[in-house]
Amino acid sequence: MNQLTSILEGFGRAMLLLIESGRHLGTLPRQRARFIEQCYLIGYTTLPIVAILCFFMGSVLALQSGYSMENFGAKQFIGSLVGLSFARELGPVIVAILVAGRVGSAITAELASMKVYQEIDALVTMNIPPARMLVLPRLAAVLVMMPVLTIIGILIGWFGGAVVCTYVDFISIEPEAYFAALRSFMQFKDVGTGILKAEIFGFVIVLICCSIGLNTRGGPREIGASVTKAVVASLISILVLDYFVTKALL
Amino acid sequence: MTCPLHRNPITAVEGPAVGVSIEHLSKNFGRLQALRDVSFAVEPGEIFVLMGPSGSGKSVLLKHIVGLEAPSDGRVLIEGRDATAEGTLENVRIAMVFQAGALFNSLSVYDNLALYPREHRLGTEAGIREKVMRALQILSLENTAHKFPSELSGGMKKRVAIARALVMEPQLMLYDEPTSELDPIMGATISEIIATLRDEYHVTSVVVSHDRELALGIADRVGILMDGSLVFLGAPAELHAPEDPRIANFFHPKIDLKNPRFKSLEA
Ligand SMILES: Nc1ncnc2c1ncn2[C@@H]1O[C@H](COP(=O)(O)OP(=O)(O)OP(=O)(O)O)[C@@H](O)[C@H]1O
Ligand SMILES: [Mg+2]
Repeated sequence: MNQLTSILEGFGRAMLLLIESGRHLGTLPRQRARFIEQCYLIGYTTLPIVAILCFFMGSVLALQSGYSMENFGAKQFIGSLVGLSFARELGPVIVAILVAGRVGSAITAELASMKVYQEIDALVTMNIPPARMLVLPRLAAVLVMMPVLTIIGILIGWFGGAVVCTYVDFISIEPEAYFAALRSFMQFKDVGTGILKAEIFGFVIVLICCSIGLNTRGGPREIGASVTKAVVASLISILVLDYFVTKALL
Repeated sequence: MTCPLHRNPITAVEGPAVGVSIEHLSKNFGRLQALRDVSFAVEPGEIFVLMGPSGSGKSVLLKHIVGLEAPSDGRVLIEGRDATAEGTLENVRIAMVFQAGALFNSLSVYDNLALYPREHRLGTEAGIREKVMRALQILSLENTAHKFPSELSGGMKKRVAIARALVMEPQLMLYDEPTSELDPIMGATISEIIATLRDEYHVTSVVVSHDRELALGIADRVGILMDGSLVFLGAPAELHAPEDPRIANFFHPKIDLKNPRFKSLEA
């Protein structure tokens, strides 16, 4: 029961923060510098790890499916399988999980320590709403960077699959055949769905992490607890939302 | 008032002085009663010094004035507006010097000071620069402009916090122990700044301080909090010979080596 009320409370706080940030939407153009800084932090610094993880996920997926599909002679469909699962599911989910772990935790740690060390109080007395200065640029940046990260992640995942198909002996499919299979079942809508999902995940992650950070009270220990809580809440939200968004978009 | 060419080096406040009225203010943190039915008024353009032992509720009271804490009972009015109401900070410029400074750790000293005028678009970058450098100069901080808060000493942080408040050109200034970490000369400088703001710009100030020189030197009125209650309210001159023994003891504690206070606790 207590857990339930605290989840509902957290949800309510996040919604209020969202509304409050939305009210300052007009200030975004003059917060360009902050927006660009956040794009850099969210996008550019996450890119290497997205690339590595997606490459190996693509490889493993091709390897596993090559191994099991060989039995019933469906090897030529590996390209379609890797292609579709990356575009619709793995790309957005992997990127979202990495963003939660890398960006979300950093956001919560930063905002929580600003709260604990009274920097947020100082902003409030200066009549500078934290939602405007700290939350809005991050929300805008994540909306811009999620599609970029996701498209790159999907492409690298496909490429990882192609590498395995070409060089692993018991599969050995030519890259041309692999990509032809990939293309034959792929529609523009599939990639679009993936990007939309990533967009939703990223937005929710940043909102949750900002909200938990700004509502931290106490000292260094509570900052750590907030970071853990924010990452866990983000991961759960990603997977729960994934089901419902996928179902709605089918 | 002053001719614009001879602007005081500190600040140029627009708008009339504001008064604060605290009415039957009580605050509970769980079981702890931090403030008990505190009532007093700070007149527009006055320097009100708030004193009292550690933990008596001074910082909590200041936070109520700036709207960071909501009263458990009673209310705080600033120019007739409730301190916690939404538009109050928009209509009255209040600056607070936090006890711990509350500097923005990810910004340089310069950017800490420039944040307020930049965010509220008060002037060009050149104008802001001039204002910021002037405030830094007044507090002998010119050389720290490009340092970060983590590179400063405790007293320097305090001075940056005061400089940041000055740049805001507030109508109401709240200081939480502005001189506690400073050397005597810097302490005197701060007292002079607070008095100058009153005399030339009618800035209202509420100063929480243990600094007797400051209280007796520049205060118009003094309030003393003990255990969350206001036990004294009056002119600083009355503090030379206080009637209440608690206040006399607080003001002139005798160091008694034969009978140390902490030993009497053990008994
Ligand atoms: N956020 C809070 N939650 C719980 N208790 C608090 C909180 N803030 C202050 N208190 C309590 O309220 C009392 C008054 O605290 P306050 O900070 O106002 O003291 P102070 O008079 O400023 O002391 P000092 O001179 O040491 O700064 C203390 O007992 C403190 O423990
Ligand atoms: Mg205090």
